[in-house]
Amino acid sequence: MAEILGNITISLVHVAIPLTIILLFALVAIWGERKIAGFIQDRLGPYRVGGWHGWAQSIADLLKLLQKEDIIPKDANRFLFKFAPFMMFTASFAAFAVIPFSSAYIGSMINIGVFYLLAVTSILTLSVIMAGWASNNKWSLLGGMRGAAQLISYEVPTIASVLMVIVVSGSLNLMTVTEMQSGNDVLGFLPNWFIFQNPFLIIGFVIFFISILAESHRVPFDLPESESELVAGYQTEYSGMRWAMFMLAEYADMLLLSLLGATLFFGGWNSPFGDFMAGPVWGFFWFMLKGLLLVFVMMWIRWTLPRYRVDHLMHICWNVLIPLAFVNLVLVALWEVIF
Amino acid sequence: MQNVIKEGWLTFKSIFIGMGVTMRHLFSPSVTELYPEEKIELPKGVRAKLYVNIDDCIGCNLCARACPVNCIDIETVMATSDVDLGKTSTGNPKRFWLTRFNIDMAKCMYCDLCVPPCPTDCIYMVPEYEYSEFDRTNLVYHFSNLQPAMVAEVKEKAEKEAEEKRRKKEEEKKKKEEEKKKKEMQAKNELADNSDEKNDSSKPEKGD
Amino acid sequence: MEQVINEIDKRQMVINMGPQHPSTHGVLRLEVVLEGEIVNEVRPNIGYLHRCFEKYAEEVGDYSKVIPYTDRMDYVSAMNQEHGYVVAVERMLEIEVPERVEYIRVIVAELQRIASHLLGIGAFGLDLGAFTPFLYCFIEREKVLDIFEKTTGARLLYNYMAPGGLMRDVHEDFKSDTAEFVKTFRPKIKELNDLLSYNKIFIDRTANVGVLPVKVALNYGASGPVLRGSGMEWDLRKNDPYSIYDRFDFEIPVGKGELGTLGDCWDRYIVRVREMEQSLRIIEQALDGLPEEGDVFEGIPKRVRPKAGEIYTRTETPRGELGYYIISDKSGGPFRVKARAPSFVHLSLLPSISKGAMIADLVAIVGSIDIVLGEVDR
Repeated sequence: MAEILGNITISLVHVAIPLTIILLFALVAIWGERKIAGFIQDRLGPYRVGGWHGWAQSIADLLKLLQKEDIIPKDANRFLFKFAPFMMFTASFAAFAVIPFSSAYIGSMINIGVFYLLAVTSILTLSVIMAGWASNNKWSLLGGMRGAAQLISYEVPTIASVLMVIVVSGSLNLMTVTEMQSGNDVLGFLPNWFIFQNPFLIIGFVIFFISILAESHRVPFDLPESESELVAGYQTEYSGMRWAMFMLAEYADMLLLSLLGATLFFGGWNSPFGDFMAGPVWGFFWFMLKGLLLVFVMMWIRWTLPRYRVDHLMHICWNVLIPLAFVNLVLVALWEVIF
Repeated sequence: MQNVIKEGWLTFKSIFIGMGVTMRHLFSPSVTELYPEEKIELPKGVRAKLYVNIDDCIGCNLCARACPVNCIDIETVMATSDVDLGKTSTGNPKRFWLTRFNIDMAKCMYCDLCVPPCPTDCIYMVPEYEYSEFDRTNLVYHFSNLQPAMVAEVKEKAEKEAEEKRRKKEEEKKKKEEEKKKKEMQAKNELADNSDEKNDSSKPEKGD
Repeated sequence: MEQVINEIDKRQMVINMGPQHPSTHGVLRLEVVLEGEIVNEVRPNIGYLHRCFEKYAEEVGDYSKVIPYTDRMDYVSAMNQEHGYVVAVERMLEIEVPERVEYIRVIVAELQRIASHLLGIGAFGLDLGAFTPFLYCFIEREKVLDIFEKTTGARLLYNYMAPGGLMRDVHEDFKSDTAEFVKTFRPKIKELNDLLSYNKIFIDRTANVGVLPVKVALNYGASGPVLRGSGMEWDLRKNDPYSIYDRFDFEIPVGKGELGTLGDCWDRYIVRVREMEQSLRIIEQALDGLPEEGDVFEGIPKRVRPKAGEIYTRTETPRGELGYYIISDKSGGPFRVKARAPSFVHLSLLPSISKGAMIADLVAIVGSIDIVLGEVDR
């Protein structure tokens, strides 16, 4: 009995740590995105709530959303409509279990970490189509269909680019993958990160980055939402807390995929200066910094580019990225064999 | 194949150029005006709110006639002869009591058409733009400075004078009419005299 | 038969785009018949912004009282709307307009053209998901509006022109402000080109989309950038000069099908960008020629009372040929004013060029013909 209770307590701690990180990240990132958007567009962004540069804006928004009336369309499928946002969040949240936040902490040390992550995140597709269909709205349906097609298609190049790293590392455990990247040996001074170890992984990273943009449906691949075409896509009928859940899931997804990129290509929690500033706490700092930098680039792209069209999206995926990814996979493997 | 490489190259190139532009703007100062704290100084002659300098108004009604949306409502009462309303600052004599001068700013479309016709330049736009109201009727501005009692008095007076005038006129008319009648009577009488004579002379003839 | 209907119903979906939709530029409702994402049919429904402009003009009984209402037709380019109406009334009155007035009118009209195109371009980018160029365009547009505010007192609906003259003389800094704007605006066009016009994603979205052949355009009576985007060199400032446009040296930019088919969305877009450059050229020349002295009020007749008759005057607004057909019955006000709105014509050709496009293209096409619903519905 005591053993079970202990297990439950440990599990709860493992749930609480990533949840805290996600919630904090969502609050900061939503504010940050609006600030970045503001500065890029020569505006100031949120400025009033909380004093210094409107730092409390996200909290105020959250409180507002909590107070909103919970509207469910009359002819919607009530169960699926209510269920979809939570399923979406769960999908990206569950995947955090295998992310090594620092050398001292990983939610679950399983041997098939990457595989688990990719498998769990594909539930996202289901929740997008679920939300789109259950809303009983034509715009939602179109958005849901687009989302399903997009997420399924872009899983292939994502997996292929992840596979390139796996070819180099030989392990599916993200902790092991990170540990393999410690030290500063490349050309004598560069850190041992995979992106420096193997030149073809640079192409691999570009493919990975484009795919995660599409996977987390960010501009220029934000077709499921595309506010100027489909009103709000699969989120059209959602309001209040359910909509906030979608938002949270979107940001959680963004963070997850950025952290995955940081782990696979940029050495995870490894310090860029070898042993200097290393250790579990510094490790967490470096890891989040790398992840947040990728998030920043995603935001920067969002506020620069227009949106692709559905057929272009599919063309890029199936005709460009997937062939390129597989050719590159072979090249990465060849490089590994030769050097 | 070549095409794909070229397209890809162009895509990346243009994306990086665009991202360079946005990056430059990221560090350029913002153009935001923090409105309630910082207010922009409005240029001279901005069209924001109508104002009437009622002391200069002569009640000519030209602005109301120029208004395309009929938002100016003027009622005037002729001043009685015993009061002198004075002159405007431009030297025009005032002849009317302005018992009502209402401008409905909820209707006003800020076209500025009422300003040029004014002979005394007493209606103009002022650079004041913070005058929202919760109740629409509060947007009807009353420019007339007469108290209701005064208005009643003035009206009564004016009515009296008008009455007087009317009476005078009527009297005059009556007089005239009477004179006319008199004249007519006279003429008639004369005519009657003449005709009497005629009649006298003709009657028997008729009787015949 | 029933089976056939069911078959059609299953494959097609009728969807209402608007009146509440983010990219319908006002209150336009498009009934779209979709097959998946492919547009089979578009039926524009208009009238949500009808304000009885023409009826009002008949009832008001005063020629100058109509001018504020012409502003409200195409509220994005109010100056050009006024210019057209004022030119029409002046031609009816057969009066000469002072030189200075004509120059000022041309300068403000061209500034307005730039402001209007900036809005059109920005909103087009916004329709395609590019948020940032929209705001950059607005920063520049704001500068134009500031000049107008200083001069006319209003930022959007100016009521600045009067038959025979202007309502006010220009602000004393007008010349230097405008020259400053012209100087700072040129590099911004290049920046816009970098950020949006030559962005590959933008080109992918707009080139070969919504192709409007010249013949179709002419049959529908298209004008302005829509017609020029199809490659026809037709600009009323050159082809039927009004005001003093025949004195200025400028080119008519036309679509050449550089990055796709002739007459696609990108051609229509780039014509607008290049027109802004030409407008800058006209402003520069007009600023040089602007007479220092002159009374802008002296030409205004005491009473606007044209002879009985009728007139059709067309002018080039940012959206195309704006025509005013005015009948006078010798009274103080017009007997009838008919406005030939370019947006209305362009909206009517929407169904013919959006057949077979995708729903995302439909948004791009609506953006590229740059309609203003205030002008469509009047």
